[in-house]
Amino acid sequence: MSTLHTVNKSPFERNSLSSCLGHCKPGDAVLLIEDAVVGARKGGSFAGRLAEAGKQCSMYALGPDLAARGLKPEDMDACVQVVDYGGFVDLAAEHARTQAWL
Amino acid sequence: MAQAQKKFLYVNRKAPHGSIYALESLEVVLIGAAFEQAVSLAFLDDGVFQLARGQNTKGIGAKNFSGTYRALGDYDVRDLYVERESLEERGLSTDDLLEITHDTDDEEDIPSIKIVSRAEMADIMASQDVILSF
Repeated sequence: MSTLHTVNKSPFERNSLSSCLGHCKPGDAVLLIEDAVVGARKGGSFAGRLAEAGKQCSMYALGPDLAARGLKPEDMDACVQVVDYGGFVDLAAEHARTQAWL
Repeated sequence: MAQAQKKFLYVNRKAPHGSIYALESLEVVLIGAAFEQAVSLAFLDDGVFQLARGQNTKGIGAKNFSGTYRALGDYDVRDLYVERESLEERGLSTDDLLEITHDTDDEEDIPSIKIVSRAEMADIMASQDVILSF
């Protein structure tokens, strides 16, 4: 009965990611979309928190949102898997509920 | 036609008057309550300011809808979960919040606001069928 959390705000601008990670349960998935993808860059100040949370939850970023911002999958922290829109649908189907962190 | 009742949680994370989220959330809750689902509300992060007492919006020319939260009990919305850590981070305590109550068949004026820890809030979220975020 796990949850897919989506986050769409940059963690440098809002606390959505931080709040999301503070309410995640083991086995949940976190998908970074829209501006949130900028938080997952290797060496960024949120990479450590994502890696820590990634020990209990799985971390994803939406590929088209990375590409739109000039970010490459290999620029992302190792804890983050890049998915396409089909992968987004799969994640939504695999979890009991979806919670948006706006 | 009997249908299984689903648990709906409305999550409020934004302060009330800087954007339309808080008012829209309250309106959707009131509309949704008519569909006889199990509805509860969560207030965390800046969302706790939605329940602050003594709001006066005359000076900013915006609608003060904070009084409307007190009507939720009449719509059988009886659980307003407020996150303790979010209050503390903002220098707020229970005394700074509106008095919101509901009646049951047996009892009157039961407090609707329940202060919960972040971990309890995570459990509440994980027990829902549907989560609507504002």
